[in-house]
Amino acid sequence: MPVIELADVSRAFTVTSRTGFRRTRREVRAVDGMTFSVEPGEVMGYIGPNGAGKSTTIKMLTGILVPSGGSIRVAGVDPSRHRLKLAKRIGVVFGQRTTLWWDLPLKDSFAVLQKMYDVPLARHRSNLATFVELLDLQDLLDVPVRQLSLGQRMRGDIAAALLHDPEIVYLDEPTIGLDVISKARLREFLAQVNAERRTTIILTTHDLDDIEALCTRVMVIDHGHQIFDGTLDGLKSSQSAPRTLVVDLAASLPPIEVTGATVVKVDGPRQHLTFPTSASAAPLLAQIAANYPLVDLSVSEPTIESVITQLYNSA
Amino acid sequence: MGVYWAIAVRSFRRFSTYRIATASGAFTNSVFGFIMCGIYLTLWHERPGLGGYDAADALTFVWLQQGLLMPVGIWGATTTGELGERVRSGEIAVDLYRPTHLLLWWLSVDLGRALFQLLVRGGIPLLVGALVFDLKFPSGLLAWLAVAVGVFLAILVSFGIRYLVALSGFWITDTRGMEQLALVLSTFFSGMILPLVVFPGWIGGFARATPWAATMQVPIDIWLGRNPGGTGSALLFQLGWVAVLLLGAQVVTSVATRKVVIQGG
Repeated sequence: MPVIELADVSRAFTVTSRTGFRRTRREVRAVDGMTFSVEPGEVMGYIGPNGAGKSTTIKMLTGILVPSGGSIRVAGVDPSRHRLKLAKRIGVVFGQRTTLWWDLPLKDSFAVLQKMYDVPLARHRSNLATFVELLDLQDLLDVPVRQLSLGQRMRGDIAAALLHDPEIVYLDEPTIGLDVISKARLREFLAQVNAERRTTIILTTHDLDDIEALCTRVMVIDHGHQIFDGTLDGLKSSQSAPRTLVVDLAASLPPIEVTGATVVKVDGPRQHLTFPTSASAAPLLAQIAANYPLVDLSVSEPTIESVITQLYNSA
Repeated sequence: MGVYWAIAVRSFRRFSTYRIATASGAFTNSVFGFIMCGIYLTLWHERPGLGGYDAADALTFVWLQQGLLMPVGIWGATTTGELGERVRSGEIAVDLYRPTHLLLWWLSVDLGRALFQLLVRGGIPLLVGALVFDLKFPSGLLAWLAVAVGVFLAILVSFGIRYLVALSGFWITDTRGMEQLALVLSTFFSGMILPLVVFPGWIGGFARATPWAATMQVPIDIWLGRNPGGTGSALLFQLGWVAVLLLGAQVVTSVATRKVVIQGG
């Protein structure tokens, strides 16, 4: 049974703009006709450009915003009607905000959470011990949160969101601003929590490496509409993002002519060509080598960024 | 209920970490205490028995005033200031993700703060004042108990007002005007400038009936044993304002929450 179910959910906001003394009201649909469901234990990447409707969706899923149309069920309840009840069963992390007590040692925040979520003391202790070990928090427990680095604070926030064994965790850009090592560590931890506890994870991010490392499923939204829902590989193959061939010639030449490929950029003796993912690079090389003074070359696969950019542009 | 206690305890601890700020604040309160004593002594020398106070009452009033200023939060408090900031920035949404009631959460935070400041920012100036001047103290357990209840109710009244000002940010984009207004009203009607007992006629009557009177004038009168209608009616007066303000705060909280949830902020 799905743990999250959305049926034709939409959310409109009234925006009042003022020019001189004239007030005009118009309706903006931040989310429009969203339908999907998430199974327990899934890790879903929820991506889209700024203003696509990601936060609006998360707010509706946590019950702090009611949809203007459609229906939502999370963990079997209507989120906005049972916000406080649902709050005990979910965890939320905002990469740019903290829910920890700024001036107090990290352990104080954890102690408040035990009371806030009524976690049995034994359970709290064992969870805390696990997270302290996995996230390497031992030396940080007595340090006031304001003295923690961004990466350390983020680890603290993630532990805080998971201490009460939530069924679902919403992570809003959890790796924003972190260095490569901290990012890798956090991803590893999340993967482990998901594997061991079957915690459903919804991850919004602009960092596509997060998606590659963690998500079994990707949903892309733009202008409030779902434009893709499937696996990461499915996403890559759904778009015929072209491959790139970079050739270095012996001299600067006008754009070369090759059947099956087009020059997109000339940079002195270096020329960039694109060709369809489905085509083979070998015949192109033969052509170029036969007709031009070829010195060196490289072929690059489409990046997930380019796939998504193409997706936004085509939507 | 355990969670609200835990929150209050953490808030108490949080304020206890600002050692230098606390020490310099207590020093400032003490300096102002001496300045005010100079002014009040002159005034009561010229007009003995002004407002029914003798000189010792007036001096005690000064040191209690300095001691209650921060704990009660006459000029605002860090806690409700932060609440206002969260409302303005929209960060208040984070508070709604928690399985706790907004009003009780912030009340617990404020009570933890108030208790710490009462002990230090209240205790130190009072001690300094008592060492230099001959101040009045309540006599007997019952009188002390009445003072404790009176101060607690004063904090609740002040919290109610500060909370409502902070939540006004849900409807007013810029709450600075509101805060300024609250500051001016609070400064005058709490008795921060002059004890409200010195104001004659209807102005005095009106001033003593406002909720701000319940935050400072009334608890100080309980300490001095000078409430016109007796200590019991003074406590009832405070309790009345607590009921009105906290009820209002709860109503405003639900309306604000509904506004966020339905209109989206």
